[in-house]
Amino acid sequence: MAAPDASLVLLEAERLALQVGERWLCCEFSLRLAAGECLVLLGPNGAGKTTLLHTLAGLRAPTVGAVRLGGRPYAEWDSLAAARFRGLLAQQQPDHFSASVLQTALIGRHPHLGRWGWESAADVALARAALGELGLADFAERDILNLSGGERQRVSIATLLTQAPQLFLLDEPTNHLDLHYQIAVLDLFARLKGAGRGVVMVLHDINLAARFADHVILLDGKGGVLAGTSAEILQAEHLGRAFDHPIRRLDADGRTLFIPD
Amino acid sequence: MAGWRRAAFVLAALLVAAGLAFGWALSAGDLPIGFREVFAALFRGADGMAADVVRELRLPRAVAGFVCGGLLALAGALMQVLLRNPLADPYVLGISGGAAVGALLAILVGLAPWLVDASAFGGALAATLLVFGLAHGDGSWTQTRLLLTGVIVAAGCGAAVTLMLSLVTDTRLQSMLFWLMGDASGATRPWPALGVLFVGLVVVMPVARDLNVLARGEIAAQALGVRVQRLRYLLYILASLLTAAAVTLVGSVGFVGLIVPHLMRLAVGNDQRLLLPAATLAGGTLLTLADTAARTVVAPEQLPVGVLTALIGVPVFLFLLSRNPR
Repeated sequence: MAAPDASLVLLEAERLALQVGERWLCCEFSLRLAAGECLVLLGPNGAGKTTLLHTLAGLRAPTVGAVRLGGRPYAEWDSLAAARFRGLLAQQQPDHFSASVLQTALIGRHPHLGRWGWESAADVALARAALGELGLADFAERDILNLSGGERQRVSIATLLTQAPQLFLLDEPTNHLDLHYQIAVLDLFARLKGAGRGVVMVLHDINLAARFADHVILLDGKGGVLAGTSAEILQAEHLGRAFDHPIRRLDADGRTLFIPD
Repeated sequence: MAGWRRAAFVLAALLVAAGLAFGWALSAGDLPIGFREVFAALFRGADGMAADVVRELRLPRAVAGFVCGGLLALAGALMQVLLRNPLADPYVLGISGGAAVGALLAILVGLAPWLVDASAFGGALAATLLVFGLAHGDGSWTQTRLLLTGVIVAAGCGAAVTLMLSLVTDTRLQSMLFWLMGDASGATRPWPALGVLFVGLVVVMPVARDLNVLARGEIAAQALGVRVQRLRYLLYILASLLTAAAVTLVGSVGFVGLIVPHLMRLAVGNDQRLLLPAATLAGGTLLTLADTAARTVVAPEQLPVGVLTALIGVPVFLFLLSRNPR
């Protein structure tokens, strides 16, 4: 795929507000993500990070405001064309039926194939390359039902790579992953970002957010939202208020670390 | 790997198996008829008693068995995707229960056979609408709610069936029991159901890959461009119609709808583009074989075909399961 125009705005949200039942998850705020940028959503449990991510993915309509993908509202997108532009890593991938790892990764080609199309050798090569990226090259014929949680998470990420969108929306991509793969996966998306893709991800680890984010949206779970650059938002005082726990900032070896007091 | 080439090969093999099953069904019976005579009766318009037996008696029955098996297997495969539950069968949402209530009511008041069929079909549709309406309720439509509603409606139908069985003591009891166990001998008009099966396949094959995606979870499917809600409505309506046609034609034949999709999944994998037509052919073949066996093994007595499908299906299934421990 040709490198997309770096100035391209992939995702915009304008005066967005979300309500679930009676509760407002966030008050009106706006965001704008250009190609080559990474946005991290942070916040305590139940603050609405996943709901916000699904709204940005066009899976649910915002209560107030508008979301535009590639400059156009979701309503104007054909659902398959949208799936070629943005991909979502969902938090839970229920697998009730057995399938090989390769077959599962090939699901990502769905929006690229015609109504009667079958996966071509090129699609299979793409899926195998994606599995290779996640250290799953030898797993292609394994049954997903026999994999561990972390291995399944890597299969899901490989499926997303096979989908090859411009914009990656990741719901806790480091879930179930060991330390090595947490960094490997985030490095992988940082490389994709460098190649002109966009990344929005929900993370729990503030330090990983500090390492990979360009922009941060911090939800406090009471409807408050702080949005801005990573340096603006990732401050002990903001974080401590949002997570309702005192947080201390340490600077060591040129790295910034946040630890709970 | 070329998936479609493998699919074509598997389907061709299953077609041959179906042809062989038909050959046996048309030639075996009280009056053994050679393959050559069967061929002459079907394609050369031969005269004589043997040809009449093949055309008037055995062909409709063999087609009825095949169509019913195909309908149930396809409906079962669709239900398993819809409910994302490998243990779902076409009857789990109360459709066969509704059909049974309709049919038994008609038998109870002594209606003509074709009205019994019509009543069964009406009962199946009524149960479908009832479950759909109750599960849909407030607009949310989780599969747990759908499943629970279906199970409850099926339980209610079961109670009504038991009540009706306990009310009659004369010969009607016999016809009720035979209807409940499934019986292809009275199925003289299988052609409308064959049409339903054909339409069902034509409708579902273009969305077969969407079903593969749906099996990976609803949110993932939506993000991959599948119109999930619309697809689920389509699945539900289609699986219900297929099941209603099957139980109207032959009755509540058990096991085919649960075991054949499983069997095929173990044998050919879980790609719906291959699984759906393969399950249809295999289900039809299995029921044709079972029905032929049911009328020949202890001739002139006839066994209920549902018993035979269980007797054939269960050991084969257990064998595949133990051979293929996934």
